[in-house]
Amino acid sequence: MLAIFKREIRAYFTGVIGYVFMVAFLAVAGVVFAYTTLFSMSSDVTTYYTMMLLFSAIALPILTMKSFSEEKKMKTEQLLLTSPVSITGMVVGKFLAAYAMFASALLFTSLYFLLLIPYAPLKLAILVGNIIALLLVGGVFITIGLFVSSLTENQLSAAVGSIVIIAAMLGIALVAALIPENYAIRFVLEGLSVFTRFQGFVNGYFEISSIVYYLSVAAIFLYLTIRVYDRRRYN
Amino acid sequence: MVKVKNLVKKYGTSYALNDVSFEIGEGEIVGLLGPNGAGKSTAMNIITGYLSSTSGEAFVGGIDILENPIEAKKYIGFLPEQPPLYPEMTVSEYLNFVYELKGCELPRDEHISEILSVVKLTDVKNRLIKNLSKGYKQRVGIAQALVGDPKVIIFDEPTVGLDPKQILEVRSLIRTLGKRHTVILSTHILAEVQAVCERVIIINKGKIIADEKTDVLTKTIEDGVQYEVKIAGPESEVTSTIKKIIGVRSVTSTGARDGNACVYVVEASAGADIRASLFRACANASWLMIGLAPLGADLESIFIKLVEKSERGGREGTKGARKSSVR
Repeated sequence: MLAIFKREIRAYFTGVIGYVFMVAFLAVAGVVFAYTTLFSMSSDVTTYYTMMLLFSAIALPILTMKSFSEEKKMKTEQLLLTSPVSITGMVVGKFLAAYAMFASALLFTSLYFLLLIPYAPLKLAILVGNIIALLLVGGVFITIGLFVSSLTENQLSAAVGSIVIIAAMLGIALVAALIPENYAIRFVLEGLSVFTRFQGFVNGYFEISSIVYYLSVAAIFLYLTIRVYDRRRYN
Repeated sequence: MVKVKNLVKKYGTSYALNDVSFEIGEGEIVGLLGPNGAGKSTAMNIITGYLSSTSGEAFVGGIDILENPIEAKKYIGFLPEQPPLYPEMTVSEYLNFVYELKGCELPRDEHISEILSVVKLTDVKNRLIKNLSKGYKQRVGIAQALVGDPKVIIFDEPTVGLDPKQILEVRSLIRTLGKRHTVILSTHILAEVQAVCERVIIINKGKIIADEKTDVLTKTIEDGVQYEVKIAGPESEVTSTIKKIIGVRSVTSTGARDGNACVYVVEASAGADIRASLFRACANASWLMIGLAPLGADLESIFIKLVEKSERGGREGTKGARKSSVR
């Protein structure tokens, strides 16, 4: 698992994807930070993290698109699958590598807010809540990206496929908003929505149920990815 | 070391492997021989745990590959048909990765530099794999299989796409490896098996049609060998004279000519060496013999022969095969 993790991190930076992801993340974070706080003279953190959530919905599938599809295309998965490593170890190793990229970018850009402390009243709890929320949602996005990548040999379809699934999971909130009169359906849809739960978080409601929700969705997609490989041996 | 019992692999309704069983002892070099699509790769992929069988069992080092894949895989070094290389890594980075992946415990630098020198990659160890030629890439693939000094080394078509010199190098490397490891290799080239392996398992359409020592097989092939003979002389007389030679089964004039010589195909009957008598017959009649060459037995004709033999011999053939496979 550690070997796979290390190779993945190295692969991000021997190719272009790692650099593109980091540069794009830092650039977008910089611009968004400038607009939402500096130019608007506000110490509101929520807008920044909501924008970064939307950006991650596109950036994370691009980060993970090659994870499995490239191995399949180059037939290198045959090495991984015939080595004394479990499928779970392989999938988790790749997940942790992508997650380390994302988490380090996110935590680094979150340092921006520390600059505001001398000048503005910053609610530290809300900042931490936002960071935790985005760390959780990012985990979900990465597992979706890995899962779709394990289904195809083509990295572009992996990226597009995961973006579509993520967009659907975010879009449920919009559908829920369109049917305000039916509370039952709305309740279910909002319960399923990545976005609605995120909003709860960023407004300072630290809900255990949301944490459980994010962790379970991530676990489900990791499990599905493992199943894809388990299953493939029988085909 | 490797044991396969009643392996069946079905793709949809067609069988890639149909009830295949064999056992390979420690230190053997065994060739899996068969035409493309015979099921060689499928068998290897099942033994290495890449694919699962539809039914049947595979054991490596006494461990069931399905029940305890991680332990069983520790015994195996595998070179798949297409070497599993990461083009953006250098050779030594790649081998270090494989070293970590396999969880090796041998002294790292020593082990890797030993492998590099065995497969003659030391000169290119700092080059990116994507910039290497096909022959070098194949050797990196072989090197990868040697990491961790596994007891069983499995090569799927190790010489495909190499030039003749590289083929000879790889073959001699495999022979060297066979001294310390159990080696299984697959090929569709008969000469390769004869050059490298002690034992041959011939697979056709997912079934084992022969499992014998290589020299036994070679005899089977030489049974009824054909020669191409070029003789300058009156065609009908030559034909009738050759026919009378003891050990000649048939003579046919191909109609082709080489200068003023005619080209004949002469088939010898089982076990007979007719070359000396052929020469004498020509010398006696003062005909010039300007060519005498055995016609190489191709895989196709061996299959026909083996299938005929196993049908003719019925149980006898299979019994022989069992005997050599149980050790």
